[in-house]
Amino acid sequence: MTDNNSSFTHIPGADTINQFQMENGIHVLNFENRHAETIYMIGILANGSEQDPPQKTGLAHFTANLLSRGTENIPFQDFHASLEAIGANLTFSCSTRHSWFRGKSLAEDIELLFKLAADGLRNPAFLEIYVDRLRRQLLAGLALRDQDTGEVASLLFDQYLFKDHPFGLPVDGFVETVRNISREEIIDFHRTHYSPQDMTIVLSGAVSTERTKNLALQYFSDWKPTNKAAKLRQPIPPAPDVTIRKHRFLEGKSQVDVILGSFGPKRTSQDYLPAVVGNNILGQFGLMGRIGKSVRSSAGLAYYASSSISAWSNAGTWDISAGVNPENLNKAIELIRKEIKIFISEKVTGEELDNSKSHLIGRMPMALETNAGIANAILTMFRFKLGLDYYQKYKEMIIAISAENIQDVANKYLHPDQLVITSAGPGEENL
Amino acid sequence: MVEKHIINNGLTVLTKEIHHTPVVSHWIWYRVGSRNEIPGNTGISHWVEHMQFKGTKKYPLNVLDAEISKVGGMWNAMTHLDWTTYYETLPAEKIGIAIDLEADRMKNSVFDPAETELERTVIISEREGNENEPLFRLSESLRRKAFTQHPYSHEVIGELSDLRSMTRDDLYSHYQKFYTPANAVIAVAGDFSTNELIKRIQEAYSSIPSGKLETTLIEPENQIGHAERVVVEGPGDTLFLELAYRSPAAADDDFIPLMVLDSLLTGPASLSMVGGGSISNKTSRLYQRLIETDLAMSISGSLQTTIDPYLYSILIIANPDQDTEQIISAVDKEIDELVQNSVSDAEISRAKKQARALFAYGSESITNQAFWMGYSSMFSDYSWFDNYLSNISRVNRDQIHAAAKKYLTPDHRVIGIYKPTGTNNNHDR
Repeated sequence: MTDNNSSFTHIPGADTINQFQMENGIHVLNFENRHAETIYMIGILANGSEQDPPQKTGLAHFTANLLSRGTENIPFQDFHASLEAIGANLTFSCSTRHSWFRGKSLAEDIELLFKLAADGLRNPAFLEIYVDRLRRQLLAGLALRDQDTGEVASLLFDQYLFKDHPFGLPVDGFVETVRNISREEIIDFHRTHYSPQDMTIVLSGAVSTERTKNLALQYFSDWKPTNKAAKLRQPIPPAPDVTIRKHRFLEGKSQVDVILGSFGPKRTSQDYLPAVVGNNILGQFGLMGRIGKSVRSSAGLAYYASSSISAWSNAGTWDISAGVNPENLNKAIELIRKEIKIFISEKVTGEELDNSKSHLIGRMPMALETNAGIANAILTMFRFKLGLDYYQKYKEMIIAISAENIQDVANKYLHPDQLVITSAGPGEENL
Repeated sequence: MVEKHIINNGLTVLTKEIHHTPVVSHWIWYRVGSRNEIPGNTGISHWVEHMQFKGTKKYPLNVLDAEISKVGGMWNAMTHLDWTTYYETLPAEKIGIAIDLEADRMKNSVFDPAETELERTVIISEREGNENEPLFRLSESLRRKAFTQHPYSHEVIGELSDLRSMTRDDLYSHYQKFYTPANAVIAVAGDFSTNELIKRIQEAYSSIPSGKLETTLIEPENQIGHAERVVVEGPGDTLFLELAYRSPAAADDDFIPLMVLDSLLTGPASLSMVGGGSISNKTSRLYQRLIETDLAMSISGSLQTTIDPYLYSILIIANPDQDTEQIISAVDKEIDELVQNSVSDAEISRAKKQARALFAYGSESITNQAFWMGYSSMFSDYSWFDNYLSNISRVNRDQIHAAAKKYLTPDHRVIGIYKPTGTNNNHDR
């Protein structure tokens, strides 16, 4: 392996991350980073689009986006005037299993972030005027999304891979569902699902743990948990046993975006890191790995062609995507399938393995360069229960991965004849 | 603190030591971009940038990219209006790889004919990806109207006909002309010793002949002659409006006041092109005028730092049934308000604090710190970056008023309208 002596001494770990839990269940983690004059805050709550009722896809997303549209205490204009006056930012968003808030400011202005995040989460006003205005904005966003070849190919991929599972539905919903979500349903969703239970706040920046603790207690300690029933989670469907091929025609487009893939390892799985090292070889390393070399560099078929892994606590995906001229679509798909076949049937070479490991180890300090990078890394360690020393041990965990480990996980998750292949752009529709 | 060094063949090196994390970011900037192109070879600077990843004798294709990647480095390149840049951010002890690789490909890139042909289809594919976007199609049409002869009239990616006809020799000549020490600036920030770094750069580059500093005089285009409109039709359910006014060159005294004016109108914008974040614009004047009155869905501004006068654009996204004249009239009223009335101290102070905060967010990243040094050298001098916050802090209401009056006039702008024709696509589930 390339002699990579990247320093891991500054990486946040159990010794430098301070944490405490409030009586209402909120976990707070703080990393004091005095090299920056800013702070970054990220928070996560246990509700997301998987709680959307049937025919109301997009409800959780709609609700989260309304949290910054004014509260019972702070009107919309004042909410944003106070943030923007100091160059701070605070956003609320939603994913399949969680709602999120992310804020940043100069360190001197940290209290405002706590105040507005707490008020937005706990006391949103949901005024009719902002519900209607946001609905129009969300519908405009969906109109744009539905004309984006990459987005449409991705939506189809999730739909045909996850089938009826909520992960197969778009977090931001559909035009017809968002149009029909009422203000009352939004209020009810908030009342039912927003609670400090299982909530986590992570801060990184020029702030002491004592200050963070005092602010967290001041703004969140009197928030009482709701008695929401634990949700029974729908099982993830089995991986496809044949190739599923779908295409959506979009008029007036020059290029087709295509995605091929299947399920990948969960974030908590032992398979995850071997898959990451292998995926780097398959479609990331250098100019997009073996896939980039085959589809772009050797065949000149695409500007981009790469592979990626997405992993959560109960599911994951492993896919390859490319943007190609419609005439080259089938050729590109065949080249990608060929690379998958080689990837699962032959061990990666020693040189590829060494390079991939060295790359992943070397880039770690860069991923933790900013407060946002640090806060996100701490949250990942915490929410997936990886241990707060995970990134300090990362180097040795990567070094321990063998070519056999990679071939094993590749065979477990990828098969050239058992893929979901979706595309969007020019060409005859096939749905 | 930024230090400037000029080595014996005229190569400028800017350095800034930052020791809190073991990372170095190395950027090399060439004074060549779409500004240096003429009809027939549009897109050539961008294509040359692609060819720089195709290898030299010392670092052949696939070896070149592996050298950086295997040490965990992040690397890429960008071609813009006035410049082309290549960067590597990597573990501090590996800085030698970036220096050696960039010195080698300044002089020794192969431009293999077969690789050139393969890259032709890759670049056409990149352009086709752009053409999928309504905003690219609108931007391309609008710029053709906004400039009569200046090369800023075409997109950096180039015209399709030129991408089909350019030859390997065209590309190689462009490379030989512009990729020289005298026409380049290296900017390095991070965990290194300056003396040692300069010695290594000197060793790597000293054998390369100086070449010439690119000083071709291109006649700038000042005020847009008269009000123009361009309408592009295409699929979709979204209306896009772009109002483009002539902006001053970045080195012009009017530029910083116009930046503050843009902040008041459409919200604050980050200087960085490599991340660093943004903040919301919900209290900006045009957000209030257009979004809070339900005339539009989204508003943003774009002011670019360029050598010659370019364009200040206001971009509006709206529902397809919205009356475009009503939107344009609302923008004009807001601008007229700025021209007729004084701006409050509180509003100016807010813009200044926002600029300071955005600068602080960007400064967390060593990659950004190196970017800013080289970037400002392309249109001015690195002191532009050093003085950025103090120059912003000196902007007063009279300057903002004067900038609005001088640049944002409805009689001298191009309005671009993307009219959606709807779609037959059924996206219901």
